[in-house]
Amino acid sequence: MATAHSRTAARFMIAPAVLLLLAWMIIPLSMTLYFSTLRYNLLMPGMEDFIGFDNYSYFLTDPAFFAALTNTLLLVGGVLLITVIGGILLALLLDQPMFGQGIVRILVIAPFFVMPTVSALVWKNMFMNPVNGLFAFLTKAVGLQPFDFLSHAPLTSIIIMVAWQWLPFATLILLTAMQSLDSEQIEAAEMDGAGAFARFFHIVLPHLTRAITVVVLIQTIFLLSVFAEILVTTNGGPGTASTNITYLVYAQSLLQFDVGSGSAGGIVAVILANIVAIFLMRMIGKNLDI
Amino acid sequence: MKTFVRALLGASAMCAVVSAAQAEKLTIATVNNGDMIRMQKLTDEFTKANPDIELEWVTLEENVLRQRVTTDIATKGGQYDVMTIGTYEVPIWGKQGWLVSLNDLPEAYDVDDLLPAIRGGLTVDGELYAAPFYGESSMVMYRKDLMEKAGMEMPQEPTWADIKKAAEAMTDKDNEVYGICLRGKAGWGENMAFLGAMANSYGAKWFDMDWKPQFDTEEWKAVLTDYLDLMNNYGPPGASNNGFNENLALFQQGKCGMWLDATVAASFVTNPDDSTVADKVGFALAPNKEGVEKHANWLWAWSLGIPAGSQKVDAAKKFIAWATSKDYTKLVAEKEGWANVPPGTRTSLYENEEYKKVPFAEMTLESIKAADPNNPTVDEVPYVGVQFVAIPEFQGIGTAVGQQFSAALAGQVSAEQALQSAQQLSEREMTKAGYIK
Amino acid sequence: MARRVPTSRKWLVTIAAWAIGFLIFFPILWTILTSFKTEAEAIASPPSFLFFDWTLDSYREVQSRSNYFLHFYNSVIISLGSTLLGLVIAIPAAWSMAFVPAKRTKDVLMWMLSTKMLPPVGVLIPIYLLFRDFGLLDSRFGLVIVLTLINLPIIVWMLFTYFREIPGEILEAARMDGATLWAEIVHVLTPMAVPGIASTLLLNVILAWNEAFWTLNLTAAKAAPLTAFIASYSSPEGLFYAKLSAASTMAIAPILILGWFSQKQLVRGLTFGAVK
Repeated sequence: MATAHSRTAARFMIAPAVLLLLAWMIIPLSMTLYFSTLRYNLLMPGMEDFIGFDNYSYFLTDPAFFAALTNTLLLVGGVLLITVIGGILLALLLDQPMFGQGIVRILVIAPFFVMPTVSALVWKNMFMNPVNGLFAFLTKAVGLQPFDFLSHAPLTSIIIMVAWQWLPFATLILLTAMQSLDSEQIEAAEMDGAGAFARFFHIVLPHLTRAITVVVLIQTIFLLSVFAEILVTTNGGPGTASTNITYLVYAQSLLQFDVGSGSAGGIVAVILANIVAIFLMRMIGKNLDI
Repeated sequence: MKTFVRALLGASAMCAVVSAAQAEKLTIATVNNGDMIRMQKLTDEFTKANPDIELEWVTLEENVLRQRVTTDIATKGGQYDVMTIGTYEVPIWGKQGWLVSLNDLPEAYDVDDLLPAIRGGLTVDGELYAAPFYGESSMVMYRKDLMEKAGMEMPQEPTWADIKKAAEAMTDKDNEVYGICLRGKAGWGENMAFLGAMANSYGAKWFDMDWKPQFDTEEWKAVLTDYLDLMNNYGPPGASNNGFNENLALFQQGKCGMWLDATVAASFVTNPDDSTVADKVGFALAPNKEGVEKHANWLWAWSLGIPAGSQKVDAAKKFIAWATSKDYTKLVAEKEGWANVPPGTRTSLYENEEYKKVPFAEMTLESIKAADPNNPTVDEVPYVGVQFVAIPEFQGIGTAVGQQFSAALAGQVSAEQALQSAQQLSEREMTKAGYIK
Repeated sequence: MARRVPTSRKWLVTIAAWAIGFLIFFPILWTILTSFKTEAEAIASPPSFLFFDWTLDSYREVQSRSNYFLHFYNSVIISLGSTLLGLVIAIPAAWSMAFVPAKRTKDVLMWMLSTKMLPPVGVLIPIYLLFRDFGLLDSRFGLVIVLTLINLPIIVWMLFTYFREIPGEILEAARMDGATLWAEIVHVLTPMAVPGIASTLLLNVILAWNEAFWTLNLTAAKAAPLTAFIASYSSPEGLFYAKLSAASTMAIAPILILGWFSQKQLVRGLTFGAVK
């Protein structure tokens, strides 16, 4: 179909996007790579020495590193689990005939528009605060001790906040996918005497596989770099209970102004992200015939 | 097409001319504390007197501000003409030559009027590198009515044992009154500011003369154990996320019996507009452990400095001289009352008869005088700074140690574990930075 | 086609859906309500839901402290500018991927997405230094560029999945009629892809509007968007729930309203090729 002429044209058309992204990736990354081999503290200019892999060994042997790695995986995994399962359930519900569907959809979609910083501030102060928060009021109203979310379950609290923001996204994509399902197929299954569960697992869920894949891919991209929610609410603490890799790199480069270690951390984070990426791409390759 | 381009160029050139003839724009980075926000609102007075200077404000939360201005000055980004910085930054930045010397401020500024402790903290090798906007130490703020109800009296110079007794007596958890509110939020400027000062009053210290961290000492163990004991028994829930602002809100709502924090908070807790306990607050000197001469007094001054290389040094100096002047103090006093003037920077303020009537004036001055950055604790130490250590590495170490202590307060680790981790991580960082050979 | 549903069941579904919708929306509603309270009422226990003295004090206070409209304007310029620029770069790229696929197309696309996984903090200092050298610090133009680059992969991908649904024969036919490549894209493809482009545009405006790392770190006063505006309310001294709520409402209201009005367009193209 494509002529030689249009193939050349195609290369030409795709070039700006590719070149720009390549520059965006390579220039800062090579600078970061260079910095990562230096003893480079922003507060002590003129003392930059080449120190080889010292920054890496400090970063990787940092006791916080392992915790951050686990937390990153828990955070991504937890949010994905909540949003995918919650999204499917919500989509199933919203797919039913009801009154005022449009308005319900407006209500459900709203959290997606909220800035992460705002959502974190609101959740932290107005809901999870153990003295003045609404949750504290509710628990006190039923005669219980208020639960101190951010001290005793910091990571879970952050997972809840982030999941709240991403649930609408998952719901929307899954709902659109569900609506594209051939209703005759369902009816046929119904006539064959398949129960609601059987219909869900044999017809609806397989139909949703691609949509779920898309949700997982896009959300993972954003969830790997969750940052504002942590900065605003727990500062990665208490201890390192809610520090993820992104926050750890931030702490190195912008709290300690240790650009060397921060850069080494950045490179480590890039490598980890790429491992996740390869894993994801494999999955996508199976489910998404691009 | 050509004419269009020419027209465009002409227009933009005109714009350039116009803007050059227009006022000089100063970009001021500041922290979102009450006194700074008040200054921001009063700057009309300044621009009226100086029509050729325009002010642009960047108001940020403390941690974000610190990160932004440090990145900017260290990379010579040049985004700000005036920066709000503290006594921690000034010595380090001054030594790097990153700040413009303010030794040539006009006569009327009366630099000798600055409190010696504050001025000393902002001076490097005889050069004043930042002008103090307000200065603070720490003190005890307590509820007179609750003490009375408990049949107790707060000594003027309480010990930690007195504090514990008072906290116990005032705690009434059923009515959400917590005997004592202290900082628990991790950060070198948050919980470690308090714990660092508290450590001094126990005779503990950050480093010995060989820069070896001292968290494995008995003194630190006593500090942390007593702190956790106070907070777990008499403190509010969620304390490990409470910093200055959170505690201020709690105290203003009447939920704290006592609060040990910055002297500058006194004007907020006694302000009837915001505080439900405005007329019930008493003040006492920061405590010490029996037999230790040092009290838990820290020293801090939010100050205004000019980054070296700024194109607008003269205008910036004009603004700084105005904002930290005696006249500014008078202006605030006229508009908002004497209790709301920025405290803790000038001797003349504390000699002012009107200001002497302010209930916390005397205690603030006494507290500031009690702090000595060059001699912070009982033993001799190689560093300057009361609640911080004025070395570039401190922010990172202080915050990481603060995380450990915050985790101990949240009950995630024991006091011993927290101290052990603190010791390990600070040894690691100090070795990495080359202090420990 | 339309199956008959018993009314009782429809009511049941309606109640359940409304309840869940309300629950999900509640944090936003609560923020908006709190923004009209006084500081004392904002922390009152028990909290009052609707029956308090409605006041605009917090809004007045917030506006007197910061120039909301400047930040708002910056947010609009930056999010719209970066999205439009992104579309201009992405439409040709997506065209060539969708209609002239090469062996490596899939890899290129996946590589593009993987650039989004770089943690921004890791490259802040290099970017800051580059921006300083090019004089882009605190400029709207600089932010437009960065946000374009950040969202470009998503834009390309969304457009690609959308273009792929368009039968290539129509483009062929246009080409037969002698249309140039440019005409083909502008006059034939783009009009057919309007829903997809609209949806891409909306999603990316939302993402750019809410981007809080680069916008905060590369700006000072002149180009600071609403994300920087909110940063000055994050933990001020004293009671602040009402002021925080007012500032939050002001920061999210524009995008919330835009999102609500355009949700049909947004949803239509928000499939990323997941719907066949």
